[in-house]
Amino acid sequence: MSTNDPYDFSARERDILRIVVGHIIPASAAYGLPGADDGAILADILRSAWREGRKLHEAAAEIDAASGGTFATIPTGEQATVLQRFREQHPGLARACEVVTARCYYRDDRVMRSIGMEVRPPFPLGFAVEPSELDLLEPVRQRGKIYRDAN
Amino acid sequence: MVEVNEAVDVVIVGAGASAAAFAWSLAETGMRILCVEQGDWVKADSFPSVGRDWEERAATDFAISPNVRRRPEDYPVNDADSPIAVANFNGVGGGTMLYAAHFPRLHPSDFRVKTLDGVADDWPVDYATLEPFFALNDEKMGVSSLAGDPAYPPKPQVMPPIPMGRSGVTIGRAMNKLGWHWWPSDAAITTQTYAGRAPCINLGQCGSGCAQGAKASTDVTYWPEAMRERVEVRTHCRVSRVETDENNRATGVYYYDGDNIERFQPAEIVVMASNGVGTPRLLLNSASERFPNGLANSSGLVGKNLMLHPYAQVRGYFDEPMDGYRGPHICTWSMQFYETDPSRDFVRGYSYQFSRGHGPVTAAVNGMADGLIPWGEGHHEAFRSVFDHSAGMVSICEDLPEEINSVTLDPNLRDSNGIPAPKLTYRLSENTRRMLDHSVARGREILTAAGARHITSRSPLPYAGWHLMGTARMGTDPRRSVVNEWGRSHDVKNLFVIDGSVFVTSGGVNPTSTIQALALYFADQVKSRIYDLFD
Ligand SMILES: Cc1cc2nc3c(=O)[nH]c(=O)nc-3n(C[C@H](O)[C@H](O)[C@H](O)COP(=O)(O)OP(=O)(O)OC[C@H]3O[C@@H](n4cnc5c(N)ncnc54)[C@H](O)[C@@H]3O)c2cc1C
Repeated sequence: MSTNDPYDFSARERDILRIVVGHIIPASAAYGLPGADDGAILADILRSAWREGRKLHEAAAEIDAASGGTFATIPTGEQATVLQRFREQHPGLARACEVVTARCYYRDDRVMRSIGMEVRPPFPLGFAVEPSELDLLEPVRQRGKIYRDAN
Repeated sequence: MVEVNEAVDVVIVGAGASAAAFAWSLAETGMRILCVEQGDWVKADSFPSVGRDWEERAATDFAISPNVRRRPEDYPVNDADSPIAVANFNGVGGGTMLYAAHFPRLHPSDFRVKTLDGVADDWPVDYATLEPFFALNDEKMGVSSLAGDPAYPPKPQVMPPIPMGRSGVTIGRAMNKLGWHWWPSDAAITTQTYAGRAPCINLGQCGSGCAQGAKASTDVTYWPEAMRERVEVRTHCRVSRVETDENNRATGVYYYDGDNIERFQPAEIVVMASNGVGTPRLLLNSASERFPNGLANSSGLVGKNLMLHPYAQVRGYFDEPMDGYRGPHICTWSMQFYETDPSRDFVRGYSYQFSRGHGPVTAAVNGMADGLIPWGEGHHEAFRSVFDHSAGMVSICEDLPEEINSVTLDPNLRDSNGIPAPKLTYRLSENTRRMLDHSVARGREILTAAGARHITSRSPLPYAGWHLMGTARMGTDPRRSVVNEWGRSHDVKNLFVIDGSVFVTSGGVNPTSTIQALALYFADQVKSRIYDLFD
């Protein structure tokens, strides 16, 4: 995971961001999955959000302001409405929230397993890819040369 | 106080694709050859694919944009005045560290565009002249391919092609339905043990460096061999300018070393290999009383005619699983729309590079951006219908040279050594727009024929400025070109340019195979003209 210093979020910002990431990817009973607001995933998000840090500060401030400073305490449905407006008005900030959320969510062991991945990095084991079907090229061969002579 | 180093015969600026091929070829002369490179060697165990955070790192410390990556060895590029941002890598291997290793050659017709189509200029070299150097380069880089592609004159196969996988087979079947050309791509990726390199194990992370060493970045191909022949690669040396004397000869280069000490490196021959943005930047930064408009710039063409190959991306989502993140992202190609066809509303053409899918993070991020994956409740189900279920293509559109498209020096922006940074000015021409539109429309037809249930497209692809060409073009007329037909500056007789800057036109395929074939050809010319090189 990222080796850089954790970005300094205030307790209020953490609260807001927890709710935001939980709205982006909520827990799923159907798939037996945590949401992005799960403790371990959220900690990873906050720890590795340093590149997007400025944007996340801004996002938290915008969302807080849009709900008159009450975002963390209003009902879930109202939070969703605030976030919908936020996405329309601040697509760049919303995108930053999506990126940090997806990055950490989809490397969580539980999530990787659930989407059919082995819980490991690509190297050193690599992956298998189905071999070529070279017979399919027969019609291409038969149509013959398509480049232009240039001499 | 500037420290003065011991003189060398040849100093090469930059250690990327072209420099490595050139240095390797020239090494047999026994000349003292030094390559100065602003970046470092990248250790295989530091590539993103060795860790669980591989997708995050591919977008941060291995990002393709120097403005995002912001490593100490990167220089900033002002690309605000271009719809396409620059992508590069600054270290030993240059752009080949992050390239996809799609390795087509320019076609014979690309060298004769004026004669055949009445546009731009013919090149002063042709395909037949470069053919042996293409073949040599395929061998040195270790290119996998399938012989017999009807889109090219016959060329030897070094090793078997990379696997088509489900994506290649699905799209291949669709191309057959439509009666259109397709073929397994030439890829600078080993599919078997080759010259001490292990075969590809489908890490799928070519774009952020190959930990397996199967991808032919020049740090694992040419450089080790060149160094065994006593070529020296000196890292953390950022060149600021080329010095000249009263005879209008280059005398060497100034650079800042890793300790920020300014040094002068004297050399008999100076070779620019800093790519299509880095080289014009340095030539313009080398302006002096003798060369007030920049070095080697009597034609006024240094930095002009920048070509980037605008890309369009078309992706399809399928019910059946595809290859996803497994395997090299590249796969097969099509040259169906490559040559000029008078019935179309544009001249010249484009190639398609068919591609596999993405890792889960990229799938989720792109899916949300494309409106395929919602926030909230439906996220999980939508994600599963996208992840591992997509395949598609990019079109690589020929970009004709236009002087308005240029690299100049930014009046304010500087790198960490205080050296003025490059600024891009770039517009899409009407011809290019039509070509992009055509490629998106045909791409949609292909994916529909392949059975995609949903298709997305982006045109031009805003981050795809990875082919940097044309800014120190070659030619026989000193008024219309910067270097001659073998890479030597018209104005400064011991100064060479060997990188993608010398391209006269761009063709519609990825350029590195041709960049390296040219570098080998230039080196060969230097060797065969050694006694009258400066005449
Ligand atoms: C993400 C990505 C994907 C790509 N995919 C493909 C592909 O599939 N197929 C293909 O053909 N091409 C691809 N390319 C392009 C390919 O990498 C380039 O065409 C090729 O590397 C250019 O070679 P070059 O020698 O011109 O310059 P480069 O390889 O860019 O090398 C230039 C070197 O010069 C150094 N340099 C610059 N300025 C200075 C200075 N002032 N002092 C010292 N050193 C300096 C740089 O650090 C760099 O190492 C891709 C590139 C990228 C970034």
